[in-house]
Amino acid sequence: MHVELYERIWMWAAGGLLLLFLGAIFLTVGLQAIQPPSHIETVDPTTLATDPEFGKPGVTTRADGSVVVSVVAQTFSFSPDPIEVPANRPVTFRLTSADVIHGFEVVGTNANAMAIPGYVSQFTVTFKEPGEYLIGCNEYCGTLHHNMVGKLIVKKETP
Amino acid sequence: MNSRHSLAAAHIGVAVAAFGVASAMGVLQALSIADVNFPYRSESLYYISVTAHGVLMALVFTTFFIMGLGYALAQESLGRIIGRRLAWIAFVMGLVGSVGAAVTILRGQSSVLYTFYPPMKAHPLFYIGATLLIVASWIWGGVMIASYRSWRREHPGEPVALSIHGMLATIILWYLATAGLAVEVLGMLIPWSLGVVGKIDPELARSFFWWFGHPLVYFWLMPAYVLWYTVLPRVAGGKLFSDPLGRMVFILFVVLSVPVGFHHQFADPGISAHWKLVHTVTTYAVLYPSFVTAFTIIASLEVAGRMKGARGLFNWIGKLPWRDPFFSSVALAMIAFIFGGFGGAINAAYAMNSMVHNTAWIQGHFHVTLGTTVALTFMGATYWLLPRLLGRELRLLSVARIQPYLWFIGVALFSASYHIAGLRGLPRRVYSASLTGEYGASWHGLTRVAALGAVVLFLSALCFVTVVVSTWIGGKKIQPPAFEFAAPLRPATTLGVWDRYGLWTVVAVLLVAVAYGYPLLHLAAHPRYGSPPFQPF
Repeated sequence: MHVELYERIWMWAAGGLLLLFLGAIFLTVGLQAIQPPSHIETVDPTTLATDPEFGKPGVTTRADGSVVVSVVAQTFSFSPDPIEVPANRPVTFRLTSADVIHGFEVVGTNANAMAIPGYVSQFTVTFKEPGEYLIGCNEYCGTLHHNMVGKLIVKKETP
Repeated sequence: MNSRHSLAAAHIGVAVAAFGVASAMGVLQALSIADVNFPYRSESLYYISVTAHGVLMALVFTTFFIMGLGYALAQESLGRIIGRRLAWIAFVMGLVGSVGAAVTILRGQSSVLYTFYPPMKAHPLFYIGATLLIVASWIWGGVMIASYRSWRREHPGEPVALSIHGMLATIILWYLATAGLAVEVLGMLIPWSLGVVGKIDPELARSFFWWFGHPLVYFWLMPAYVLWYTVLPRVAGGKLFSDPLGRMVFILFVVLSVPVGFHHQFADPGISAHWKLVHTVTTYAVLYPSFVTAFTIIASLEVAGRMKGARGLFNWIGKLPWRDPFFSSVALAMIAFIFGGFGGAINAAYAMNSMVHNTAWIQGHFHVTLGTTVALTFMGATYWLLPRLLGRELRLLSVARIQPYLWFIGVALFSASYHIAGLRGLPRRVYSASLTGEYGASWHGLTRVAALGAVVLFLSALCFVTVVVSTWIGGKKIQPPAFEFAAPLRPATTLGVWDRYGLWTVVAVLLVAVAYGYPLLHLAAHPRYGSPPFQPF
């Protein structure tokens, strides 16, 4: 196949650019263990009310000091609401839905995951800035989707 | 009407009608998000309009336009359409299906958006109507392949026209992509919506949807590229810079554009991080053929400018026919794609996706890609096709000249605002962006600018539809102009490796099997409970 010199240069450069993009991604994966929320765990969405964890969604502190927040999304609210967590400590969110698919986005942070009925989303975030954050549902879930908001309160660590 | 092209003309007509209705739905949404109060504004109307806009634009307008373009090219480049009667049956089937689905949407019974994620349940006719449209497109693919094979028997060893090569690649890709959709809709959604099956696994259904959902964008883009490679250089007055690279590009799309769907599911549970990373790699790989296209097309335009006597480094740009509505549409579509391509690279960036996932950034993104790169190319191509299909002179030429620029201004306002609002966290698809506190304030101005952009886009769409309707019913009857395709600088004379459709189909199927086989089996191995249907609209 005949390829003009300039075009050959461009093709190598384009390939190099893509490798650069991918290299940046692999670096963050390898060095910082950055990854999207990809937990694999299932739960029966029709019996959430009697589930030992999601029957009483809330914030718990484990013996090692880490914080776990169990959240249930349903049309058109999150529970618990508000969610109170400490600043500068890893907070693990465990999230599921009682009905249709919802989104869970803490505006202004990179906490952003899907709540899918039958599945548990899990991801860990450390909030550095104390304050009040808006939690928005970012997956269409019905007529009042835009009203489905919650509040996250990040409290200053008391020594 | 040019009777050899009545089939193509009928398809383009349906595409333009769907586009017109969908445009009106689009402007309603943008006004609603910006909290502009207009008569009959309501939550239900908003979500009806989101669904109707998505389905009519993404599925009906595009599919009908592409089918029409395919028939026109088969008639011209192969000199035949084998199975014309069957093609008409498919046309009626697709039209009935589209109208059926649209009626359930407009009656408010199927506000499930064009992604129709279960366990949100639409009216069964919504799924059945969509299925009829897809089956119609399968028949179209069969007719196109039969026409090609008939031509091939008469022309052994001869390379087929690049336009047909591109359409064949599009069709192979479409069969691969819609296989995933068929599993979801026929195997899961229809039985569940009719109550035959009680529960459905939403994550499995989503995965099959995105098996289809991303190659869907290449199903739109590849016919646009066919026009860029084979018509644009000719309209510009030049030649195609490289024919063999064009053939390579279309085959690379066939191979790479299906095993990428998890980049729409980065935020999903149920799929391991490793497999999401695999799909990230294939997603970046599928950018490659677009980079090659950028060079070939721009080089072809430079050839055109120099053939018209341009000398310096850049003044060939000024020699191009910027007043030709087909040329300006495609040129502006290409400029939009620079932003669309790099925005796409950000969406696909594994971890960076968390900052933009399901925010207004995404609607900003796909209005520069689908909404401009593809749609504006199709609009420009309609101006080019109509005289050839109908044997009528284009009317209101001055309106047609302004329309592409108007579209570009509209989309610039619209998409820039939503990209920024998305980075500030505005969630997608909200009836009103005026949520509480400081956030509402940081979004509100941007959504107003986007609404202004949407009004400009709507005016442009009105111009387009007016030109088409006016030409169709009142254009001066003329001898249909010839379909003139760009001659390559160096024409291909023998068949090469990129002409081996069977081989590349096998490679593509194997890649899909690897990319989806293990993760889906892994998902299926977990205890899965399933969801009953919900209709919260």
